[in-house]
Amino acid sequence: MQRFANPARFMRLSAAMLPWCGRATALLLAGGLYLALFVAPPDYQQGEAVRIMFVHVPAAWMASVVYALMALASAVALIWRHPLADIAARSAAPLGAGFTLLCLVTGSLWGEPMWGTWWVWDARLTSVLVLFFLYLGYIALVNAFDEPTRGARAGAILALVGIVNLPIIKFSVDWWNTLHQPASVFRLGGPTVDASMLWPLLIMALGFTLFFVTVLLIRMRTALIAAKIRALRLAEVEREAERAALRHRAAS
Amino acid sequence: MSGVDAFLAMGGYAGYVWPAYAAAAIVLGGLLAWSLAGYRRAQRELEMQQRTAPGARRP
Repeated sequence: MQRFANPARFMRLSAAMLPWCGRATALLLAGGLYLALFVAPPDYQQGEAVRIMFVHVPAAWMASVVYALMALASAVALIWRHPLADIAARSAAPLGAGFTLLCLVTGSLWGEPMWGTWWVWDARLTSVLVLFFLYLGYIALVNAFDEPTRGARAGAILALVGIVNLPIIKFSVDWWNTLHQPASVFRLGGPTVDASMLWPLLIMALGFTLFFVTVLLIRMRTALIAAKIRALRLAEVEREAERAALRHRAAS
Repeated sequence: MSGVDAFLAMGGYAGYVWPAYAAAAIVLGGLLAWSLAGYRRAQRELEMQQRTAPGARRP
């Protein structure tokens, strides 16, 4: 019973949080879109193409942040066998893959007019592509086993090994020559982005973060409901077998 | 060019800016719709399970 205490509490808490998270996401994304498209000024070099930044950069941040969370949850699941940690990691993976795909697509759409190419095999772009494949590999691996717990263990180990990619992504723009610009927000000495662009960017990033939290809660609730359905089915099969055994004994 | 046309033209970068925002709408909207559909399906299934097998005997 101890094992079900936490998921039950999670179900209550997440049910209370979900409507507020949804509303906050809608508000932040609407406000962020308005600021990004109407208020932020065109860049003095890039013109209006700079507006791609307001979806590309939040997607890129979320791609890495979600992976870090997934690896952390995997570690908790491996070490403490916390029943929610495994579900959290599993539920986060498709969202992280989505953010990474969005980062790659919008980056490509930004690269063509600014760099003159959709794609280059340099360190930043390649390491983000590797991140995308790590997500896909994780999703394939956790679903590849008939027994869910074995899939969870294998996936958790892959998630932890793959975390070595995160510092490579972060520092790739400093360690290697690349077309990609270096960090301009999270850097020593503060952001170099002007406030008129930084605010819309941060609000969009907050909107992406709350979107992630909202959909993660939905997915975790779904996984817990699915587990409950499996447990109920199993209990029913057991009852059925018990009844059959009783009938058999009465007949003989 | 009117204000709306100028806005839509995105200073000549319309072919890059709008697909980027469309991609964001498709990816985020798709993830939300897919996750919500799974959630509703699971809720329905649990409801059915509890209605047909409430732990009591069936005829």
